[in-house]
Amino acid sequence: MLLIPCPWCGKRDESEFACGGESHIARPADPEQLNDAEWADYLYMRGNPKGILYERWVHARGCRRWFNMARHTVTHEILAVYRMTDPKPEIESR
Amino acid sequence: MKPRYSIVSLARNAFSHHQDWQAAWRSPDPQPAYDVVIVGGGGHGLATAYYLAKNHGVARIAVIEKGWLGGGNTGRNTTVVRSNYLWDESAHLYEHSLKLWETLTRELNYNVMFSPRGVLNLAHSPHEMMEMRRRVNAIRLNGIDSEILDVAQVKAFCPILNVDPGARYPIVGASLQRRGGIARHDAVAWGFARAADARGVDIIQNCEVTGFDISDGRIAGLQSTRGAIAARKVGIVVAGHSSVVAAMAGLRLPIVSKPLQALVSEPLKPILHTTVISGTVHVYVSQSDKGELVLGAAMDGYQSYAQRGSPPVVEDFLAALVELFPIFTRLKMLRQWAGIVDVCPDASPIIDKTPIDGLYFNGGWGTGGFKATPGSGWVFADTIANDRLHKLAGPFALSRFDSGSLINEHGAAGIAH
Repeated sequence: MLLIPCPWCGKRDESEFACGGESHIARPADPEQLNDAEWADYLYMRGNPKGILYERWVHARGCRRWFNMARHTVTHEILAVYRMTDPKPEIESR
Repeated sequence: MKPRYSIVSLARNAFSHHQDWQAAWRSPDPQPAYDVVIVGGGGHGLATAYYLAKNHGVARIAVIEKGWLGGGNTGRNTTVVRSNYLWDESAHLYEHSLKLWETLTRELNYNVMFSPRGVLNLAHSPHEMMEMRRRVNAIRLNGIDSEILDVAQVKAFCPILNVDPGARYPIVGASLQRRGGIARHDAVAWGFARAADARGVDIIQNCEVTGFDISDGRIAGLQSTRGAIAARKVGIVVAGHSSVVAAMAGLRLPIVSKPLQALVSEPLKPILHTTVISGTVHVYVSQSDKGELVLGAAMDGYQSYAQRGSPPVVEDFLAALVELFPIFTRLKMLRQWAGIVDVCPDASPIIDKTPIDGLYFNGGWGTGGFKATPGSGWVFADTIANDRLHKLAGPFALSRFDSGSLINEHGAAGIAH
């Protein structure tokens, strides 16, 4: 069970949140210029590290706002919580 | 050649107080070189090795496994076997597998305890019933058994289900695949291991792959915790670690890994003679031959490699269980665990050659790999031996994500993704 620190509401139970998958994936500026493989890469290829994952979460049963979270996929330790507009923080892998 | 298991061997060993049974497989040290090395000693990997030796006469095969046989997803699933998939591509693949299941015990001379006791998929709304009729029609057009039951027939088939129209999850009907059922998961790994070993396959446990040797775009071998092993061909079959191992060869996959939880209850007298699945309220349950209920849940909501899972998921699906089966209200659970499932965006697997010559990949079976074990091994062995995709594997190539020919089986998976 995760205790997730929502940037607006503070620490709340995992069951109030929904995970939106990997973050920092920008929609290509000009999709028509992409070939099929590049478009598939944008649509389907996702980071799946055994380690630190940067992902989007939404406080679905709370303030309903989105935020980013860096989380370890083995220990589930939450290493950073930051707003959607913030840059990706550098976190030393451990 | 190993002595065959039979009533005679059982009687003979009874006289020696069962002290003289041979080990089911050897534990050899790795040879310096093999024709084919399979990375991953789960059911799919062992089946691949077995069919490589049996169907294709490949002489020097090794299976390397970082833990112990059947200690990964093969030993962590809820053992449901069925082939009621919507699309032709999946239906053919899983039906091929189901046909192998039907004779697997005899084929391997090892009792895998395949029990075709039926798989009942519940529908909880008129819309779901409509979708289910479409699905059953599609399945039957592929020559696979499947039928629709109305509420009265559901009640007659499985009397302990709560079919009260006022129930929280009213049951409006169901589909039934009578040839589906369950099998004993450990026995599947052990049976394939024993049969593969008898054909000369080296099964090397506690041997983790740490890297691949690739020269001029061709596989030359691999590095492991037990040294370098040269190989002409390498197959990756590592459910739960597909992305991690593929990354060692520089491959990216459209796969995310999430926990899928299961529970086992205290043992009961026979009470549930079939397998019941509700994809809508996320629960599936069968009763093992030991009397325990074996239960599964929806997938956890976020990526993880920790094989434990999150408690809210368990709470949700136990709530669904006691709504559907009020008789289980006071049942105690004995064990809970999670397996890590590698899920593709379309809930279908990837079986393919890779851009590296001699390196093959089989994975991404998501929440439903167990049922595919023999079929997956069969088509992957054929793919490796002939260096081209088996006709059943063709549609499952990685290139389907570029072309857009996805095989969307979220509905057939019966599990929320």
